[in-house]
Amino acid sequence: MRYHTPSSFEDASAIAAAATGVTRFLAGGTDVLVQLRSDLVTPDDLIDIKHIAGVKDIARHSDGSWRIGAAVSGAELAEHEALIAEWPGVVEALELIGSTQIQARCTLVGNLCNGSPAADSVPAMIAAGATASVVGPEGTRELPVEDVPTGPGMTSLGPGEVVSAVNLPPRGECGGDAYLRFIPRTEMDIAVVGAGVSLSREGDTIIAARVALGAVAPTVVLVEEAGAALVGSTLDDTALAALAGAAEAACRPISDKRGTVEFRTQVAGVLARRAAKIAYDRAGA
Amino acid sequence: MAFDEETNGFKVVGTRPDRPDGIDKVTGRARFGADVTAPGMLHAVIIRSPHAHARIVKINSSKAEAAPGVKAVVTRADFAEGLEGENWNILENLMAGEYALYDGHAVAAIAATSSLAARDAARLVEVEYEMLPHVTDVDDAMQEGAPVIRAGAADGSVPAGMHPNVVRCHDSGHGDPEEGFAEADLVIEERFTTEATHQGYIEPHACLGTLGPDGRGELWCCTQGHWNVQKVCAALLDIETSKLRVTASEIGGGFGGKTAVFIEPVALALSRKANRPVKLVMPRADVFRATGPTASTSMDVKIGMKKDGTITGASGVFRCQGGAFPGAPMEFTAMCGFAPYALKHVRQIGYDVMTNRPKQAAYRAPGSPMAAFAVESVIDELCNRLGLDPIDVRLKNASREGTKANFGPSWDRIGLVETLEAAKEHPHFSAPLAEGAGRGISCGFWFNHAGETAVQLALSEDGTVQLSVGTPDIGGSRASMCMMAAEELGIPYEDVRTTVADTATLGYNEISHGSRVTYASGLATIEAARDTVKKLCKRAADKWGIDAEAVEWREGCAIPSGPNAGDFDPMPIKEIAGRMGQTGGPIVGHFEATPEGAGVSFATHIVDAEVDRETGATTVTRYTVVQDAGKAIHPSYVEGQYQGGAAQGIGWALNEEYIYDEDGRLQNAGFLDYRIPVASDLPMIDTVIVEVPNPGHPYGVRGVGETSICPPLAAIANAVSNAAGVRMQDLPMRPSRILEALKARS
Repeated sequence: MRYHTPSSFEDASAIAAAATGVTRFLAGGTDVLVQLRSDLVTPDDLIDIKHIAGVKDIARHSDGSWRIGAAVSGAELAEHEALIAEWPGVVEALELIGSTQIQARCTLVGNLCNGSPAADSVPAMIAAGATASVVGPEGTRELPVEDVPTGPGMTSLGPGEVVSAVNLPPRGECGGDAYLRFIPRTEMDIAVVGAGVSLSREGDTIIAARVALGAVAPTVVLVEEAGAALVGSTLDDTALAALAGAAEAACRPISDKRGTVEFRTQVAGVLARRAAKIAYDRAGA
Repeated sequence: MAFDEETNGFKVVGTRPDRPDGIDKVTGRARFGADVTAPGMLHAVIIRSPHAHARIVKINSSKAEAAPGVKAVVTRADFAEGLEGENWNILENLMAGEYALYDGHAVAAIAATSSLAARDAARLVEVEYEMLPHVTDVDDAMQEGAPVIRAGAADGSVPAGMHPNVVRCHDSGHGDPEEGFAEADLVIEERFTTEATHQGYIEPHACLGTLGPDGRGELWCCTQGHWNVQKVCAALLDIETSKLRVTASEIGGGFGGKTAVFIEPVALALSRKANRPVKLVMPRADVFRATGPTASTSMDVKIGMKKDGTITGASGVFRCQGGAFPGAPMEFTAMCGFAPYALKHVRQIGYDVMTNRPKQAAYRAPGSPMAAFAVESVIDELCNRLGLDPIDVRLKNASREGTKANFGPSWDRIGLVETLEAAKEHPHFSAPLAEGAGRGISCGFWFNHAGETAVQLALSEDGTVQLSVGTPDIGGSRASMCMMAAEELGIPYEDVRTTVADTATLGYNEISHGSRVTYASGLATIEAARDTVKKLCKRAADKWGIDAEAVEWREGCAIPSGPNAGDFDPMPIKEIAGRMGQTGGPIVGHFEATPEGAGVSFATHIVDAEVDRETGATTVTRYTVVQDAGKAIHPSYVEGQYQGGAAQGIGWALNEEYIYDEDGRLQNAGFLDYRIPVASDLPMIDTVIVEVPNPGHPYGVRGVGETSICPPLAAIANAVSNAAGVRMQDLPMRPSRILEALKARS
């Protein structure tokens, strides 16, 4: 195994593009190192991106949008009051992952690029309308987060492509987001179902909404019908029922050791409703 | 009673001093199984079957043996031949012979100069398997046509015509249950199932072994019973028992799972072959796949009750699956379920069933929690349908001193009624329930055990005491031993140091199991201290020139027993100790025996639970344990046992289970998907110590470690069933199961 510490994303990309074996980018390592130790993935080239300038930065631009570096940890996000004020759902989603020790290492970008359909922060990022900044041999591009995962453990990133940051759009007035997951325990578990909701209000009426579900399909899914079910409503019972129905209809889960098809489908609707209520209250606060 | 008064005048017993091993454990100084090294040490890896059931056609290790750093490879051929009985079972389990009997069954082992080299070489061992049909479910394994795990494994207790996978049978009771059911106003019969659960100790099994060509060896290992390890290793390696010295490490949890031998003979066999020390540490996945969980069960229980709450008859069939070997604790399951009740008509049948799963091992009151789940669920349902108070009904039918037990003998002095009365008076039982919450009550019973025990108490020249016991400390027992020695000798707690001695230092000590340690090593400590006191009195008598019988021991001093004995100043222990070299030599007290009189123990638990009807998630909101301790030597550690049993029971009831796929492979061999409760899953667990002294112990002690896990499954299931409005008959009550049950009802 070769261990690299490039000082720019361009260098990181070049190393990955030239590699012929198994390549992994290392930030927090909460997936990569676990997979290494349990003999699941043994990289030939391990490219540590933590030495690149700016990877730990959280920046708010003048238009209200945000850029969160690839190595920003859950603990750092959770202490950023301005970010929490605007995107509490994204922060709470990442914060749910693992223990206090894991929180000191885990990152949004790592959670995204691991490609798990159960990744907690991904539904929240998709609901928020986040994008990923991708550096590759052909240059830099910006990709909607929902376009990154393509299947369990797989992404749309090409050879030599590396995600340098996650970008959140301007929150704007009267917006709120929330993420809920279901686990059989209260901590230290993987989502059986996850639901992220982000919406904006004008008075009591919802004028925009995005809903994303985790662990109910091969990838985290953006459920446009579920968001549409909320727009124009005041989150009354009819809208909530329509939301739950759209969420359930979008589920294509499997039965496995963590949950059955029936259970995941039913709970997806429940969580979408509950998350929507929280987001709605936050938007009105 | 005089005995009760006698057990109330203690100075040290009943106080709550810090445990002597506490600082070592919180600073990291304590040495656990994997914490030792030796010069020239090799690292071992065990190669395991990926198949649930297969014939091992061929093992080719030549490539592995040629790999860099590899010093030895062992297979079954490197162990003793011609073993019989349980020794053969243990060997067959820790190194497969002709057949791989479960996913994770060991087939070979490698020792190399680094653990990485051993892991790399392990991939080079070629094992050719011929796949065989498998079965992992207890009911399936009893069906006609089920794959036979091992023909001829059944003993004479099994009725003719049963499937060969049924290998032992228990049948006991008295009266005629049918007659009892005929007298009842309501009879309920239901089937209950429980999944296998692992003890979930945090420390994986680990050992460091050395065995030379001369047949002499040393072994350091994490175990609940190192004399047993010594005996088993000697048999499996065909060496003389006394040539192997075994030292027990600190233990990071056992709960019964470290009463069995899984890796130590393998490390020693590798060491013998390589002539180097060998360290073997089990990866967590191996712990789940290849060490014993408890049995899974399928149980049919039938109980009849009159409108006034009188139980008129009871019967149960308890089928226990214990993996690919005989030994599932079905007789305990059968005997424990109805034990809390004085029954005129009762019958219980148990079956020990083999499947393609790992060999079950003891887990805290083996077999009893499942039985309580089935029996106490039926009683709860009877109470609900007849509109009766669950504690009043249990009090009405409770076993008491002198009543005939469901499995034969008459009860000695027992404290079941006292726990029920204390539960009834506890504020928890009468507290209002939140909307949608449910409350559950359950009793539980465990036998407790005594066993072979030897201790030694040596006086130091400064008057402090070194107590050597042979029972590994799995629950704060060193503190309790120090306290009992200090009580007898009349010296401060801090003046006693208790050490778990190695196998070369004391006579045979049975395993720390059966909640026996505070009872049996405690009794032995008291007797050894009394032996020491006799010797101390003799030294004082010699000095004073009076008869030894004329000297008494009080508050750490020898004193003349009365005015007629003479007028001498009290002679403190320090003075006698300081001169013992000149007055007759070292002063050492000891005691060796197999005590009889480990008093049984009963408990009553109260649980409140809330169920999220949309997700099926359960929250245990309040929990109270009431249990008879006989006499609590160190109340904090007794309370810790009560809370620990409840916590493990919550995991077992709600989320823990062995999950197999259709190929018979374990799907959740890790703590991520084998869900033991985390701290935030638990409420504060309240405890009430009831003390009904055990006549079989000088201070009245009863074992407390196991009874605490007997009621939780039933108490939680009753709370959840009452909250959800639907009877939950299968454990674990995972969220999907609760949603399915709610859906089926509506």
